[in-house]
Amino acid sequence: MRNIFKYITETQLWKSIFRHDYEDTPRNRALQILGNVFLHLHPARITRLGVKLKHTWCMGGITFFLFIILTVTGVLLMFYYRPTVADAYWDMKDLEFTVRFGLLLRNIHRWAGHLMVITIMLHMFRVFMTGSYKPPREFNWVLGVVLLVLTLLLSFTGYLLPWDQLGFWAITVGTNMARAAPVIGHEGPLGEIIGTTVYNDLRFALLGGSQVGANALLRAYVWHCIGIPIIAIVFMAVHFWRVRKDGGISGPL
Amino acid sequence: MENLLKIVSKPDNVAIIIMMVMVGFFVFFAFFQALKNDRKKASAKEEKNKLEKEKIHTWPYLARKEFLVAILVVVILLAWSIFVDAPLEEHSNPNLTPNPAKAPWYFLGLQELLVYFDPWIAGAIIPLLIIAGLMLIPYIDINPRGNGYFTFAERKFEILIFCFGFLVLWIFLIIIGVFMRGPGWLWFWPWQEWDPSRVVAEINVDLTQLIGVNSRSTPGFLIGGSVIILYFSVGMIMLYLYLRKKKPNLLHKLGLTRYLISSFLLWSMIGIAIKIIMKLTLNIKYIWVTPWFNI
Repeated sequence: MRNIFKYITETQLWKSIFRHDYEDTPRNRALQILGNVFLHLHPARITRLGVKLKHTWCMGGITFFLFIILTVTGVLLMFYYRPTVADAYWDMKDLEFTVRFGLLLRNIHRWAGHLMVITIMLHMFRVFMTGSYKPPREFNWVLGVVLLVLTLLLSFTGYLLPWDQLGFWAITVGTNMARAAPVIGHEGPLGEIIGTTVYNDLRFALLGGSQVGANALLRAYVWHCIGIPIIAIVFMAVHFWRVRKDGGISGPL
Repeated sequence: MENLLKIVSKPDNVAIIIMMVMVGFFVFFAFFQALKNDRKKASAKEEKNKLEKEKIHTWPYLARKEFLVAILVVVILLAWSIFVDAPLEEHSNPNLTPNPAKAPWYFLGLQELLVYFDPWIAGAIIPLLIIAGLMLIPYIDINPRGNGYFTFAERKFEILIFCFGFLVLWIFLIIIGVFMRGPGWLWFWPWQEWDPSRVVAEINVDLTQLIGVNSRSTPGFLIGGSVIILYFSVGMIMLYLYLRKKKPNLLHKLGLTRYLISSFLLWSMIGIAIKIIMKLTLNIKYIWVTPWFNI
């Protein structure tokens, strides 16, 4: 048995994939992190405090993990969903009644989305309470606020997609705010200065029309599945990278 | 009571219950740790810092925790998804407006603000102020202490202000929006039946009408405008004088730009709370009525 294991681990194929062996040495512990593209987000060594759950609550990590879950379940849902007025709602029904594990898939996606909004708020709360936004981490806090807004927008655009009464009216109420924006909303103050009407204001840009309809559904879909995730991934990359560059996980100076 | 159960058992609102429990726990936990740290003697703190600054290998000490947390999250999500189904109501119908029509739960705090402000403030200005204010926190908070650990004693003011914003103006307003607002966005206590035909005779008045001046007349315009302008300018000047007397060093370090931005944000936050209380107790709709906008 041992010989077989040894034979396998010494083949060219194995060695080309795994660059270090598994013996428990300090060197291998470091290589385990450094030699893995996913794990090397971490430093090879970290302060004792940074490992403690009572210090970090793991909230940022959970938020990122939920984003991954949402990406995977979201892509799977995209196989069964068409963002058109004629199909969207009935595709949801199909997911519920004919697609195997379709309902479970949708449930996971929805609850993970809600949970992500909660965990990102708690992550921000923890970072504030430990004063971790203080120099040299000021800018990373700013990036975090952007990610918070993007998370809310992701959740908000996803709300419309089932095309049921709940989503339809939530998005109607939500985007009605946009028409009240000063200057760029047609019901907001000072709009007449640049000639804002119901057909060229901010709400029109969001919905692709003067009310929630086919264009709004398509726009919500594209923003939800492609636009905002790509922007969020870019910001996340910088956010995580800055954690390292700004001195690692926070702790007493 | 039946009504409360109906709201609570709405599938989307399970998330809000979870949020309330989690926020409650973590607020308690944060303050528990902060106060515990504050009670420690300086020498004990230093010893602990030294120990905690020591570096250990990420593999396995951190990586294993992360994997365990990931597994736990998956288990919780699976259980939640098996027991509670995501809501799917009837096919959307532009001709059938539900009453009340509510935004997604995390925006209900802003929707609740619509009771107290015109949409351009509640839906545009306040969200922008929240985002800008949050982003500015690291640049206006110049207190170097409390960087990287839980403490309350070393940064009381900052923590109180942030918790006021987060817990009262965000979480609490969301809870009101979810549980207390029924048909017509009227206030319903949890034990009251949501009656769609309920009529409430609300007599809204503008601030100047309390002293007998028509808010739409020129004097009303001038009085209302001066109330707003005086509120901000007097507030900012008084705070400035107070700080100059009590904490001149702080003011000097803060500088004029930082002072102006942070005191404006502070008074805006307090002003929102004042306006909410004025509306709830005195039914005051507008403080300042102009031909272009109303505040």
